[in-house]
Amino acid sequence: MRYDLSVIASWIEPGSKVLDLGCGSGDLLHILSVDKDVRGTGIEAEEGKVTRGIEKGLSVLHGDINEEVRDYADGSFDYVILSQTLQQVYDPASLIREMLRVGKCGIVSFPNFAYYRIRGQLLFRGRAPVSRELPYEWYDTPNIRVITIRDFRRFCRKEGFVIARETAISTPHHHEKGMVVKFFPNLLATYGMFLLRRRG
Amino acid sequence: MSEYVEHDQTGNSVGRVEKRFFTFAAPPGVLTVESGRTLGPVTLAYETYGRLDETASNAVLVLHALTGDSHAAGYYDKADSKPGWWDIMIGPGKPIDTDRYFVVCSNVIGGCMGSTGPSSVDPATGRPFGLNFPVITIGDMVRAQKRLVEHLGIKKLLCAIGGSMGGMQVLEWAVRYPDMVRAAVPLATTTKHSALGIAFNEVARQAIMADPKWNCGDYYDGEKPGHGLAVARMIGHITYLSDESMRQKFDRRLQDRCEISFNFEEADFQVESYLRYQGQKFVDRFDANSFLYVTKAADYFNLEASHGGGSAVAAFAKARCRFLVASFSSDWLYPTYQSRAMVQAMKKNGLDVSFVEIEAKWGHDAFLLPNARLSGMLEGFLDRAAGDAAREAGHAL
Repeated sequence: MRYDLSVIASWIEPGSKVLDLGCGSGDLLHILSVDKDVRGTGIEAEEGKVTRGIEKGLSVLHGDINEEVRDYADGSFDYVILSQTLQQVYDPASLIREMLRVGKCGIVSFPNFAYYRIRGQLLFRGRAPVSRELPYEWYDTPNIRVITIRDFRRFCRKEGFVIARETAISTPHHHEKGMVVKFFPNLLATYGMFLLRRRG
Repeated sequence: MSEYVEHDQTGNSVGRVEKRFFTFAAPPGVLTVESGRTLGPVTLAYETYGRLDETASNAVLVLHALTGDSHAAGYYDKADSKPGWWDIMIGPGKPIDTDRYFVVCSNVIGGCMGSTGPSSVDPATGRPFGLNFPVITIGDMVRAQKRLVEHLGIKKLLCAIGGSMGGMQVLEWAVRYPDMVRAAVPLATTTKHSALGIAFNEVARQAIMADPKWNCGDYYDGEKPGHGLAVARMIGHITYLSDESMRQKFDRRLQDRCEISFNFEEADFQVESYLRYQGQKFVDRFDANSFLYVTKAADYFNLEASHGGGSAVAAFAKARCRFLVASFSSDWLYPTYQSRAMVQAMKKNGLDVSFVEIEAKWGHDAFLLPNARLSGMLEGFLDRAAGDAAREAGHAL
């Protein structure tokens, strides 16, 4: 399994209820249901990925994460996951608030834009960074948000989201191997991962 | 639904099948239908494929659409040119795998393919019911099916699957008999028939009733109201296609001619010829009164009103099964928003639901056509339900 997903999986209690926003073809949900007996639902915008998820025996809804999350009653899930999708979300504060309404916890992961090699591209080449984690040119990217680990912490403080757990990892894009970054995470980590709770 | 029976590419088939009959509510018993009138005895024509396992936990109920029948798969006879209407989906090694599942499909009451309907003989008069047949609802169809399912020794269905009016029956099953359904697949359907759907059905019914041979439904001794029924079918076929599929299939191409004819008798355009052919073919196999009754049942279908006091959320509060809902992008008879609305109500009840809008250009008929994505999903969804059933049986031991 992808290293970043295995970190998320390690945070999830066995037998819990999980909602995965932007679940792709359901790799994480599949592992969680097999290894941890998790009852999961995924939301995915791309039809082909939705059908692949359902083929695996997962519950997946075809739709927009911002819309679909609204239908659930408060506290319907133990965890709501937003894995590597935050950089494409138009209104991150509202979405995370919804995640923390329908779930007891939220898990958010994103590519860290302050990773030293990305900084290097801007500093030494003077060009908009293109990396394995963020492989798009400025003119064709679905990513509309530039997020760093430090910015996200600040955002959570401002919006009143409690960071219950935080891990920074360094792993090649979609790779199975990786490591936790303890020193200078905002400089040395490719991804930031946060477990959030509501205040109070 | 159209008669798009496709031959299976793999050559796999359940082989020779047989239509069977189950009769219940024989006097003094009766079936009191939703309108308050009584019916009895009631016969259902049905077919089964595969074997019911020892715990009777592998039964898949397939529900047919408006003009379908119990013949969902296989062949009656070696000479049959076509297999059952969903042969691409049902058979050994197919998504609804008859090596694993016990598949049941019955003709709806009100139909004309062996189940009790307006063309059946009224025991009170010794003549066909005609319009003396009570108006029936989707709920009545499902109540009759429940009797058959119990008769077959099934306490809980592994899955109920159907498209269009078959999908309405799936939803009715899930809400009316929540303890008897483990999983449900409503395809290309709705929780309440729309004004658009009612409008087309009404025009189709008027076409039948305007045919002088219809004779207020009393035509069984003479000639059938063939013209009215053909027109009704033509209207249906328009709604099953889409603008795009008609453009691709026919566009403005002429039928067997180079120039327009400047008269009304002949079919100038291919689309006219197609509709006339479909209409004529339908007259040979379908009863006009049955068409009136089943379209009325579809029009009356409103799950929200009959089970939720007007609320879809309240209606689905009764359901307990897992759902797989699918719509098709070019279906204008049961557009995607209707499927999304039912999914929303299911989610609000915390039900386990999957939903996909399948990109397909063939309009409402898409659910009957080969589609690798639909097949794959059905297979995975059924496999999971079977896993649940096996686990539950294991716990019970």
